[in-house]
Formats: sequence, structure tokens, C-alpha cells
Amino acid sequence: MVHYYKVNCVRDNLRLIREFVTVVLRNLSLSEIEVNQLVLAVDEVCSNLIIYSHNCDPNYFLEINIEDQSGKLLFEIIDKDADNFNMTEYKEPKIANIIKERRKGGVGLMLVNRIMDSVEVAVEDQRSIWRMTKKIVAS
Amino acid sequence: MDSINLFGYKLTSCLHVNLNMQIKTTTEDKFHIIEIYGDVDASSSIKLDQSVEDAVKEGFKDILVDCSNLNYISSAGLGVFMSHIEEFKEKEICFALFGLSPKVKNVFEILGLDKLLQILDTKQEAKEIKDKEVK
Repeated sequence: MVHYYKVNCVRDNLRLIREFVTVVLRNLSLSEIEVNQLVLAVDEVCSNLIIYSHNCDPNYFLEINIEDQSGKLLFEIIDKDADNFNMTEYKEPKIANIIKERRKGGVGLMLVNRIMDSVEVAVEDQRSIWRMTKKIVAS
Repeated sequence: MDSINLFGYKLTSCLHVNLNMQIKTTTEDKFHIIEIYGDVDASSSIKLDQSVEDAVKEGFKDILVDCSNLNYISSAGLGVFMSHIEEFKEKEICFALFGLSPKVKNVFEILGLDKLLQILDTKQEAKEIKDKEVK
């Protein structure tokens, strides 16, 4: 079953996105920490797209699919208008440098990579699709 | 800011309100305490940053963050604390967080920030950090 949600690119919608992911994952046998991690990963990608790719312009939309593939969760965040982000060129910054430079940003994608088993960004039919997977253990 | 005396403590209270998050600041003796309620995300982290900056500007040397009612934190919230670590060292500010739920503490642990920031279970433990450092 695929759970689908569509929101426009408004900063305050991040809360609604988190609620959507939480409700979907609540039905699975995951711990509170696991649910929070997955919510966080989706939130990080969506906040980057909403704030940096679309400047919080409500005329742009994101679509989110969550699919339980028996033992694996697939998260897709679809953006029809974003520039393609080349995930293969991403290099994780060093925490020590971020602290030294007193930067407030730079760890969002680091969190996503550490939480998810796989993260890829594909361009299909002129849409940018963030595709992330996470193995889950049935309890 | 309003100031009242309660049970011998001078309490100075200030409230920052956001749709997802509220921040209340108080002082107890030498300790400046920032209480966070709700979610700190890319939308609300600016208010948290402002509260930390205000505390530093006001010259507090002991700043505690009460996370007992913090439901969620994203990288934007982590970034607020990370961006001030150097300043805390420079100005010899004792900074600590306490009362984190397991799921919130886990977010700090993913990046190893639990080793770079003082994270304690209770307010009392947070208040006693300096005493332990001196000993």
C-alpha cells in the first residue's frame, strides 16, 4: 500500500509533513526512536526543498509517497520543479569544521544519510525524485 | 521583561511564541534557563537562536536549556547549538541541556553531538556541572 501526501512549499507545512509520516509509521511495529528518525529524514529533505529550492513559494508543491514493501520502507519525495541534486557528488562535511566556522546549517543531509539505508536522487519525466529506503524488522 | 520573586528565586520571564514551538526563559540564581516547548524545526529554530543569543548578550555565564517539553528537533535546531559552541568556549560560558526524551537525545547521538555538548538528565545535574569541573 502506498500512502500519498501533497503539500505546497510553505515552511509551516513541515509540521503537517511530519504528522503525515508519523501517522503512516504508527501502524508499523517500530519504536518511537525509529519513527522519529524516519520522520526526521523526510523533514530534512522537505525543508531543504521548500526553503532552499523554492524559497517557501506556495505555488510549488511536493508529493510524498511512503510504501511498506514487506521488510523495507520506501520513501519518495517528488518535486516537479527542483533542480537536480547530484547525490553522488555529495561529500559529508566534518562536524569539527561546522562548529569552528560557527555554521547553523550543513548537517541535514548528514542526518538523512546516517538514518536511511539508501538515498538517491533521480530525474524521471522532468521530475526530481528523492528515493530513500530503510529496512525494518517486524517485531 | 517581567521579574518576580518566588521561593527566594528571582525569576525573569520572557515568552517567544511560534506556531509549533514556544520558548520561555527564566533565571534561577545565576542560571539562565531556556525552556523549549514543542518542535524545533527549520520554521521555528530562529526563535531558539534568538533566545540563546539574547542570553549570551545579557552576559549570563551559566545557560541551561530545559528540553523536558521538547517534542522534536531537526538539523536546524542542532545547528543553533552547534553554532554557539565556539562562543561558549571563548566567553567561558557553562552551557548544558537537560531533560531530553530518548528520541530527542538520539538525534544528538546520530551526529555525536552528545560528546560535544553537555547533556544531563535533570536540572539539578546540569546545575552541578561547574562544581564537578572545579573539583
